[in-house]
Amino acid sequence: MTGHDVDRVVVRNGGCVPLASLPPVPWSVFADAMLGDVAAGARVAAYFGTPVPAPFAPDAMLDLFAVLARDDLGELRLLRTRVGERFPSLASRCPQVQMFEREIGEQYGVVAEGHPWFKPVRGHRSWRDGADAWGRNPDVPLVPGEIDYYRVEGDEVHEVAVGPVHAGIIEPGHFRFQCHGETVLHLEIALGYQHRGVERMMTGSDADGTRARQLVETVAGDTTIGHATAHALVREALAGVAAPARAAALRSVALELERLANHVGDIGGLATDVGFLPTSAFCGRIRGDYLNVTAELCGNRFGRGMVRPGGVGFDAEPAVRERILKRMAAIDRDTRGAIRLFFGTPSVLARLEGTGVLTPATARELGLVGVAARACGLAMDTRAQHPPRGEAIGVDQIAVAPDGDVHARGRVRQREIESSLARVKETLAGLPAGTIHTPLPAAAAGSLAVALVEGWRGEIVHVAVTDAGGDIARYKIVDPSFHNWSGLAMALRGEQISDFPLINKSFNLSYCGFDL
Amino acid sequence: MIVTTLLRLVLLLAFAPLMLGVIARTKAAFAGRQGAPVLQPYWDLGRLWRKGIVVSRTTTWIFWAGPVVAVTVPVVASLLLPMGALAAPLSFEGDVILFVYLFALARFFTAAAALDTGSSFEGMGAAREVTFACLAEPTLLLGFVVLARLADGLTLNALLGAHLAAAWGSSGASLALIVVCLMVVLLVENARIPFDDPNTHLELTMIHEVMVLDHSGPLLGLIQYGAALKLMVLGAVIMRMVLPVDTGNLWLDAGIFLGGQFVLAVVIGTIESVMARLRLARVPQILVGTTLVAVFAVVLVLR
Repeated sequence: MTGHDVDRVVVRNGGCVPLASLPPVPWSVFADAMLGDVAAGARVAAYFGTPVPAPFAPDAMLDLFAVLARDDLGELRLLRTRVGERFPSLASRCPQVQMFEREIGEQYGVVAEGHPWFKPVRGHRSWRDGADAWGRNPDVPLVPGEIDYYRVEGDEVHEVAVGPVHAGIIEPGHFRFQCHGETVLHLEIALGYQHRGVERMMTGSDADGTRARQLVETVAGDTTIGHATAHALVREALAGVAAPARAAALRSVALELERLANHVGDIGGLATDVGFLPTSAFCGRIRGDYLNVTAELCGNRFGRGMVRPGGVGFDAEPAVRERILKRMAAIDRDTRGAIRLFFGTPSVLARLEGTGVLTPATARELGLVGVAARACGLAMDTRAQHPPRGEAIGVDQIAVAPDGDVHARGRVRQREIESSLARVKETLAGLPAGTIHTPLPAAAAGSLAVALVEGWRGEIVHVAVTDAGGDIARYKIVDPSFHNWSGLAMALRGEQISDFPLINKSFNLSYCGFDL
Repeated sequence: MIVTTLLRLVLLLAFAPLMLGVIARTKAAFAGRQGAPVLQPYWDLGRLWRKGIVVSRTTTWIFWAGPVVAVTVPVVASLLLPMGALAAPLSFEGDVILFVYLFALARFFTAAAALDTGSSFEGMGAAREVTFACLAEPTLLLGFVVLARLADGLTLNALLGAHLAAAWGSSGASLALIVVCLMVVLLVENARIPFDDPNTHLELTMIHEVMVLDHSGPLLGLIQYGAALKLMVLGAVIMRMVLPVDTGNLWLDAGIFLGGQFVLAVVIGTIESVMARLRLARVPQILVGTTLVAVFAVVLVLR
């Protein structure tokens, strides 16, 4: 181990490497490689631990893996190191790992030394019996959201607590505002109320893969296709086969339909929050139309059962395809009309512009992904930069808006709606012939596979590590919300507390996708 | 006289919730929906009336006083105000001042009841409501100054007399400006878009609604009924200015009054449908703006 350039392990999206070719490097090499690559423009796409099989030395009990994405090169660099009960935190030098380090600390009861904000992430017990990074009493039940909140002192400062039970029908999360009058000085977000332990349930032997398939589809219900596709790509990478071209095209159609339904729903949500009635009412209905098209394809409005490891579960026969294209033509017009009205109304623009601004520098530091990152002018889109075999969109098609405010996040969605509409029609019209499913051979033993999918919120990362028998030993899921909740907290700084619902809606992050 | 007074009370007490129903129906039409029946507000009030009440242990009698005052004030204020051509039964020199500050009294009790709960949300709402009310008050008073200049007397009956029809010819510009200003005050006072959103569930953005979050059942019903009454009473001021018609026939006048209120509800519904809500920080700026416009209207009539 002379320099870290020598043992550079690089894969593409959907890549798989034997663990033997990815030996643990000393911490200093690992840290230098991570900091160096991030300084050179890489993002930390995933960073997680796996316990080293017994017998292990107390100073080497946890393997840490990092996946660094180089969007400009389309490369994923893999890093691995071995640490003990404590490991040095890199968060103050590389803020985008802060949540990953807290997650590792909570999952394995290890301490990220020198972490400036070392708090539990989801409020569950550590996976290592008896170990707790915060030394909490094992007999006292853990409650999500019971953490030491950051407090601003002062006679005129007041604290507002919102949630976990909210006024609308939404997921649970706790928001703690430090306010001076109407101005928010700081927002802290506590989640974990929906922690189900998905990552751990994904491990072990799962002969026909049905359980795993159902689990990933419920990581975040609004991103069923996104997570199912990432999972399928990981399984296919481990098995060393690729889905047939027709299946890949149908996956892409389903993914874009999911994007359409959610983006349209989000613009409707923005309209509701600013009290703009027409778009609010229309988009709510149109979102349902897109869900119905997905149901036309696979019988389920959210796309359950559509994407399967090895291909897809449902083919689009000519009759189905005709029906979908006919429906799409009608919805297309309604969608564009409702959105044009929204962005063409001055009182709406007055409300959106300049609200909840994030600078590109902050977005890059926090490692934001997806719509939130593109709205800060960062051109990143997995579909263009890390395409799974042969279905890339052009880099010039990445929808970017420069301003970083609510308006920019709305505009990015508008452009993506337009390009997704075109993409669904094109893909359906030129659907390749052939089968829709290919059987998967046994998964490679002792390997690591990684897959990225541009879900509608942003980049979804799934990583699987297999044991000597080919069973999943560790399954890591990174929902885009995992990165982006920090962005929401930062976007609130100095804003009016009355604008929180609007800014929150412009991010529209997943609670359950974060909580896993 | 007694017939008129009774008729006025019936018009107010029976038809006020209908305005809310018409507004909701108008908004539904703009949204391409069928919408709730126009009588829905009545069913809602009936439903609330049959419910139980949950009262926080931190509250005192003030919590109960809020809703009671909120219903009483519009009824008392209506006695001072001509409703269309139906003259006010209670009238004395300077009653216009009492009219304005009766609503300030209601606001005081609503805000006090909100603070009484000790909730951070309601405190925030009370602070917003009081701030905006302070800024809306000069507009309202200046509007009455213009009317007083054009009338001979300081009673609301005189201010909103039949002479307004002629006044539109001589001081039309001032009256038009005041109508616009009073429309803004009406929307602010009644928590309508673009100043507040009566339909939102987002407590952080609310102004008026957030103050009554802790009220439930019949108490909430009283507040909502009070809000409907207030909308009709304040709306009556604008309606009278725009439509100063006296037919001399009691029933016809009552019909014109109701028709005017109906049109006003449609106008409010339309405004709510075509506009987004203002950013909260913009509301004071708009209110200062209307105050300046009202000052200009005063200058025009003093000229």
